[in-house]
Amino acid sequence: MNDRLLGRAAFLGILGAGAAGLVWGRNFADLAGRVLPDGVAAILPTKGWRIYTIRGIPTIDPTRFRLRIDGLVEQPLSLSLDDLRELPRAEQMSDHHCVTGWSVKNVQWAGIRFDDLLAEAGPLPEARWLQFFSEEVPYVDTLSLQQASVPDAMLALDMDGKPLTKPHGFPTRVVMPQMYGYKGVKWVSRIHVRRDFVPGYWETHGYDSDAWIGKSNFGFIEGQE
Amino acid sequence: MQTDRGSRSAPAPKLGFVRRFGRTERALHWAHATAFFVLLGTGLVLWLPALSIWVGRRSLVKEIHVWTAVAWAAALAVIIVSGDRKGLRADWREIERIDRDDRNWLLGRKAPQGRFNAGQKLNAIVTTAFALLFAASGVLLWLSARESRFRWDGPIVVHDALTLLSLALVLGHLYLALVHPTTRHAFRGMTLGDVRKDWARKHHPKWSDENERQTDV
Repeated sequence: MNDRLLGRAAFLGILGAGAAGLVWGRNFADLAGRVLPDGVAAILPTKGWRIYTIRGIPTIDPTRFRLRIDGLVEQPLSLSLDDLRELPRAEQMSDHHCVTGWSVKNVQWAGIRFDDLLAEAGPLPEARWLQFFSEEVPYVDTLSLQQASVPDAMLALDMDGKPLTKPHGFPTRVVMPQMYGYKGVKWVSRIHVRRDFVPGYWETHGYDSDAWIGKSNFGFIEGQE
Repeated sequence: MQTDRGSRSAPAPKLGFVRRFGRTERALHWAHATAFFVLLGTGLVLWLPALSIWVGRRSLVKEIHVWTAVAWAAALAVIIVSGDRKGLRADWREIERIDRDDRNWLLGRKAPQGRFNAGQKLNAIVTTAFALLFAASGVLLWLSARESRFRWDGPIVVHDALTLLSLALVLGHLYLALVHPTTRHAFRGMTLGDVRKDWARKHHPKWSDENERQTDV
């Protein structure tokens, strides 16, 4: 036996296993959740979700919460959670993709389609963009009216059959499954209807504003026909 | 055979001591160690939901993580290019050679060890391979946020798994280097470069014998 081959084999073996992982690896979090002791698994992102905040999760009193819709609308609105629950309810199952590489499949959402949400406020003809303000200041992001009316975009109130939890955006969040997760503003308390585009928080840090999954870098800018 | 690699770049060790690591080896170790802990700390903040929520400032933490990785690669490149490359090559040859004594040692039998014991050899092999895989998966993760054709599940899986495995590895390493009574003297070798002759004779007899023979000549 060649002594030197042993160490070399170990080295190349690890590299090979890692390279295979780069190509075929998936669901490590899931596996880690099963094999690691509960105490360790509990602090890992084992359900697939990773919670990213820039200032921390805001605490919102549901009785005092109001969603403001203002800007280029015929009738600015201030909606309580009860008001929102009375609007037409939509449900869907969709996948969540984060730009940093993780995904959560088959998330059940329930909430309000943007067309229904905006109907009463009535966007003016020159309105082009919806700017979503989070209670987690300074998180903002923008969708065009066209983007917001794709069939699976909504302002969600429920996730997986229950009201949103705090880490997932209680009481309201944007769900835009066709785009990466950073477009899904959480803890939304204001929708400002605008004529001009304003980049969102992560977009000022180098991410695309038209964050279509799988084609974010094709320069797809709807507002610039 | 040349074993006293530090001698070309450093003064002779003082009486009763023998040089174990030269300047290049130590610089490489500490540059890697410093970057590793910054990357581990920022990486855990980015990865663990509880820490992400507690610390916040995600974009800043991310910038620190990415730029530390760049600095890590640059520092290692500079040290390797400007340092004692011949010595490093000899180290790596020594590390890769897992001889019969090493195999016995790994099986828990008593067997004389060289300048690196078999555990240190394995640690060096695993750490080097992990560093390369961390770098490869990290670059792919960085690219995936910019170019969706680089976006697939593997890199994040590998980066996560490496984080957990490295954490375990580094905890063991810290214990042996700082706490464990018979091994913690090795810390001196990695900081000042030299170790006590009697310690070397006891724990690394094959290396010690070589040194003695050389001095006798």
